[in-house]
Amino acid sequence: MSDDARDEETVTVAHGGGTGRTRDFLEDSVVPRFGGDADGLAVGLDALDDGAVHEVGDRSVVVTTDSHVVSPLSFPGGDIGRLAVSGTVNDLAVMGATEPLSLTCSLVVEEGVSVGLLEDVLDSMQAACEAAGCAVTTGDTKVMGSGDVDGVVINTTGVGVLPQGAHVPDAGLSPGDKLVVSGPVGDHGITLLAEREGFDIEGDLTSDVAPVNDLVAAALDAGTVTAMTDPTRGGLSTALNEMARKADVGALVDETAVPVRDSVAATGELLGIDPFDVANEGTVVFGVDAATADAVVDALRATPLGAEAAVVGEAVTEHTGRVVLDTGFGRRYLSEPEGEQLPRIC
Amino acid sequence: MCLGVPGEIREIDGTEAVADFWGVERRVRLDVVGDAVEVGDYILNHAGFAIRKIPEREVEETMAIYESLFGDDVDEALDEIGAPRGADIDLGGEQGDAEADAAVPGDTDGD
Amino acid sequence: MATEADDLKFRDPEAAQELAADIERQMERIDHPVEIMHVCGSHEQVIAKFGLRSMLPSDLSVTMGPGCPVCVTNMPEVDEAVALAEAGTTVATYGDMFRVPGTVKSLADAKAEGAAVEVVYSASEAVEYAAAHPDEDVVFFATGFETTAAPTAAVLQADPPENFYVLSAHKYVPPAMEVVAEMPDTDVDAFLAAGHAATITGYGLFEEFVDEYDTPVVVGGFEPLDVLYGVRRILEFVESGTSGLDNAYPRCVSRDGNEAAMSAIDEVFALTSGEWRGIADIPDANFVLREAYAAHSARRQFDVDPVSGDGDPLTEECICGDIMAGTATPEDCALFGEECTPQNPVGACMVSDEGTCKIRHEYGGHPEL
Repeated sequence: MSDDARDEETVTVAHGGGTGRTRDFLEDSVVPRFGGDADGLAVGLDALDDGAVHEVGDRSVVVTTDSHVVSPLSFPGGDIGRLAVSGTVNDLAVMGATEPLSLTCSLVVEEGVSVGLLEDVLDSMQAACEAAGCAVTTGDTKVMGSGDVDGVVINTTGVGVLPQGAHVPDAGLSPGDKLVVSGPVGDHGITLLAEREGFDIEGDLTSDVAPVNDLVAAALDAGTVTAMTDPTRGGLSTALNEMARKADVGALVDETAVPVRDSVAATGELLGIDPFDVANEGTVVFGVDAATADAVVDALRATPLGAEAAVVGEAVTEHTGRVVLDTGFGRRYLSEPEGEQLPRIC
Repeated sequence: MCLGVPGEIREIDGTEAVADFWGVERRVRLDVVGDAVEVGDYILNHAGFAIRKIPEREVEETMAIYESLFGDDVDEALDEIGAPRGADIDLGGEQGDAEADAAVPGDTDGD
Repeated sequence: MATEADDLKFRDPEAAQELAADIERQMERIDHPVEIMHVCGSHEQVIAKFGLRSMLPSDLSVTMGPGCPVCVTNMPEVDEAVALAEAGTTVATYGDMFRVPGTVKSLADAKAEGAAVEVVYSASEAVEYAAAHPDEDVVFFATGFETTAAPTAAVLQADPPENFYVLSAHKYVPPAMEVVAEMPDTDVDAFLAAGHAATITGYGLFEEFVDEYDTPVVVGGFEPLDVLYGVRRILEFVESGTSGLDNAYPRCVSRDGNEAAMSAIDEVFALTSGEWRGIADIPDANFVLREAYAAHSARRQFDVDPVSGDGDPLTEECICGDIMAGTATPEDCALFGEECTPQNPVGACMVSDEGTCKIRHEYGGHPEL
């Protein structure tokens, strides 16, 4: 790109939306600059997976990092603190590291935020750490002038350790593998949209934000998990498309088998937003060897977060890199959403 | 165009109401609904405005049409449903009940 | 408690399969290809979202006409909204319009560069925003057909705050149907008319159209069963070789429509001729504010001078207009899926959630899935 074109192009919210534009930005601007090798690197930046995996001695060390912003800071089911811990613990978990070794906490706070609010956020982080069985071991705090940052931004980095080669990439699907989701989809994204000023939707809506490491551990114990990811930004649609694309398989999904809460479905209808397209923060998508799929679902259902776990489809050889959705009426592609989800009237 | 969603009126305060949409509630304006609306009525919401009161009778009749379609003789079933109930449902092919001389409500030519 | 509302969903897949089987038998008897044009993006949405096209016989094509208000909003109208936002007003608009490209940029681009743009769900929300921010001039960029024109009219009639203005890009559907029906390349066997627009206007409006063009018109609803039932009714006309008008959405549409909504529209708006993006200059199909509402007219109160440039040179190759006129499909366009994608749209049909191109790109067409 010429310097002029570079200066003209500005970063938009779509660059951080978690779907196509984000991927383009990473592939064009980030990966080529950083994509260096490190000793024993098993999963690196170019995999665009949930974290990096280093082979160290007879262990695999998983590292992941995430900066958390959310508006409003507190929402039904959680707050930015719970989100900051869960997001990173979950990225470790879906790489296979279900026992986080260490978690960092880096705070960027806007001048004028009340200390009480900040302490509430930190309490919430600690509660989530306890739920996940981990601890914040180091951190940093910066304060910006009023208006220079919006409220509170939290970066957390997580490190997990597991036996060498025991990590699970999101690219491991093979034809015949069953696709399993651990619980209802769309809760987090739809809850936040309903909270937005002006939309004012009242109902039984709660974010699913929670650490999923125990849930993932139960699945790993019960069967052969070939691939997994957490469908955060971009939702289930993006997660399934990425899994299919990275593994060069197709995915065939039965829409009616995917659990969606009635209140989430109804809010989605009202705002014209598909619950499959919005973020989840306590849900996992698994690829599971077909022979062990029922065992994995049973094990998930025995966990507190997995009561509605279900087989929702399978990996197939046709439709490489795409997701075909059987709606119960006919079939269509399930595509990734583009950028930020906005309510529509049409 | 027009994402229309049916909801049930729960509260009314002047031209503002609260409606239930499959278990979630949202405000809806009644300015242009065109009919007297009471708590318990169904309305069609479009972009925060009720644009039509949905008469319960019509819902039942629509259900009846669809259910009748799955009998052995579809056309006969249609006629059976259509003939006696008449009213606002046009089941026949031709516009037998259209009143040709009625004003066309869409005539909004500007001045 | 939700049982009755559930009834309103009309989403029984088994019933749909039976209707589809009926349609297949009808097509066997008709024994020639049939093309149905619907004029409603929400019809396209439900057809695509539920995968209904894959249930229909391959010689029955259901195409979308000029039924997406976002797609037919003319570029200079977007330019006006962008210019107002860049001039320091707060532009409130429906989420549908946010990313639609103008000649040079979209409202999303303007916002990224610092302009104040608010996405609202409702006209009344735009008014509430204006009331809560008396120091800002709030311009509601009002788009859509009769269904959204009525709410815009209602908020203007309800004495909105002084700092609330409307930039109307509202459009009126029936004249556009006539223009499309008259296009020499249009070869449509029947129209599936838009049920929600007809909720406002009434279906009686189409009587003259049916007489004039000798083409069947069936007003259809928006649940999967409604659409399939509408198609089935249309095929009855086609099979018998007659034209006529039928209301297949009686639970929402009456012959006379919503007279309160029509009178609100009539009091607030006049109809004027104007360009529908990509289609034609259509007589009496654009709603503009009447003189009595000049105090709230963005065009009257601000000196809107949109920056217009050459835009994207690719727009020359864009065939959105032909697609909306039903004379071409997205696959006929050299840009489709290549230079023009939902991420980098060239034409409005690729931006709007109810644009034919975006829907085709996201959901697939008549796929052998």
